[in-house]
Amino acid sequence: MRAWHPAALVGLAALVAFPFVVPVYFLHMLIQILLWGFVYTAWSLMGRFGFVSLGHGAFMGIGAYVPALLWNYEGVTPWLSIPLSMLLSALLAVVIGYPCFRLKVVGHYFALVTLALGQVVMLTIVAARDITGGSLGMTQKLAGHSWYALQFPEKGYFYGVALVVWLGGLAAWRWLDRGVGREALEAISEDEEAAAAVGIDVMREKLRVTVVSAVLTALGGALYVQYLMYLNPETVSGISVSLQIVFAAIAGGMYTPLGPTVGALLTIALTEGLRVWFGTSFVGAANTIYGILLVLFIIFMPRGILGLRETWRARRARAATLISAGS
Amino acid sequence: MDIYLLEAVVNGVLLGGVLALLALGLNLIFGVIDVVWIAYADLVMCGMYGVYWLHAYFGWPLALACVAAIVGVALLGLLVHVLIIAPVLGSAPINQLLATGGLLYFLQSFATLLFGTDFRNIGVRLPVIELGDIFISYARLIAFAAALLGATALYLFLKRSYLGTAIRAISQDREIMGLMGVDQRRIYLITSAIGGALAGLAACLLALQYDVHPFIGNTFGPLTFMICVLGGLGNMLGGFIAAFIISQIIAIGGYYSSTELSYVLAFTLFIVLMIARPRGILAR
Repeated sequence: MRAWHPAALVGLAALVAFPFVVPVYFLHMLIQILLWGFVYTAWSLMGRFGFVSLGHGAFMGIGAYVPALLWNYEGVTPWLSIPLSMLLSALLAVVIGYPCFRLKVVGHYFALVTLALGQVVMLTIVAARDITGGSLGMTQKLAGHSWYALQFPEKGYFYGVALVVWLGGLAAWRWLDRGVGREALEAISEDEEAAAAVGIDVMREKLRVTVVSAVLTALGGALYVQYLMYLNPETVSGISVSLQIVFAAIAGGMYTPLGPTVGALLTIALTEGLRVWFGTSFVGAANTIYGILLVLFIIFMPRGILGLRETWRARRARAATLISAGS
Repeated sequence: MDIYLLEAVVNGVLLGGVLALLALGLNLIFGVIDVVWIAYADLVMCGMYGVYWLHAYFGWPLALACVAAIVGVALLGLLVHVLIIAPVLGSAPINQLLATGGLLYFLQSFATLLFGTDFRNIGVRLPVIELGDIFISYARLIAFAAALLGATALYLFLKRSYLGTAIRAISQDREIMGLMGVDQRRIYLITSAIGGALAGLAACLLALQYDVHPFIGNTFGPLTFMICVLGGLGNMLGGFIAAFIISQIIAIGGYYSSTELSYVLAFTLFIVLMIARPRGILAR
């Protein structure tokens, strides 16, 4: 295990100390940033290798609705139902991923298949309106402060939960990068046939990253609605959620572990800022700006904000080598 | 045969016409420029708002409002190409897709900002025709006829005119056509404008049948992609046939169960066919 960077330690200490010092409103923001940051990180696990999914709302929807339905109708504790929903997501990821990868459905074809997948899950939730409440959404039965029901009126507890899973997401990133995993996937995203020719098990590598991404997204969706105590098919698995995930991950930079979290910070700060600034009369102002920014990001800096930092660093390093070579 | 089922089938065919028109527009752009406009159905939304404001609010005659909407969306198509597509023409296909995804986000949110989320109707009530025991709405018949006319006009333009031939040629081989003296940039602009005009026409036809709201693109957008991909992206005939297959699934599925489930069925079929026949139903 490599030594911890001092900045990382300070950052972590600050994150642990936050709930004791900041007002509730900011805690609410932080929880959202951590949970969304976790989902964006999960998406980027795939996205950074060029497997762009426009249907991660499907996995969020499963993670959100399976535990909530089981809790409301059967009283099953989320401690069992959330792992179940993660398992279902993994299954769905394999059912879609395996044939796609086997038959080389890639690039924007893959994106369109996942887009349809997101629609299938969202419309199924709407269609099952007898138990899910359709597009009106639903709320979980209240249980007060309960570890069994994973419901905490006090935000501090959820902050802790969010912090732990967010760190888990970063750990998953490092775990996937370990060994030859990352090089293998990078090779695959460059040239699949060449990668297979040098002995990389293309199918296994692709499936592994897809399943991890789907499972973590489901967990993120589950915790997000467990925190908000409200579910709506549009807000957990609509097209706009899937696109929001893509946008935030790209804006923050999907090629570095902290990039997606920066994306979450940026988007949530922007939404809140605009809400405070304009009031609620300007519904859609934040998303209008997102849309413009997304286009600008794609055109001018497809590697995102943290990607920009990387580019600068590389340039500086190159300059430094030139100087030292010259002297 | 059940009379309601027959009615569903007829309505499915009529819806298929408009979907085919949309698919043709998207297919044309994909075939020629090699870019998927995810926000295509949202251009339709803009057109529908155009018809609504010009006709229902400013009191323009419907025909004039429709012409203005078609021209307006055609210009919008040009703008989309110049502002968004042209700068990313050299990037990875997925980046192009995402750039128009940003446009989708922008158009939907901007419409919400400007008009709110109210459902607006242009207030044109067309009579319903009674054919035996079947009721067919006049609006749908007009939409179907106009869509077929639009599709035929596009076909003739592409087949018979010099410009159309150049457009078809560039979709076959963009490098050689440059050497043959065809200005690729100009062809792309014209194609984008035609694609926009088709979206504008579809907007006029849909405004007769549906209320307009900022998210109406989400109803038709995914369907349109599905149809294009099923037909084989860039394959006009395939798209035309696929439009009717999908509209039948939705109409008949909606008759037997709910609308949502028929969409679920259509999307599932899309995923299966995408994996089984990624180059479209007509691919050899």
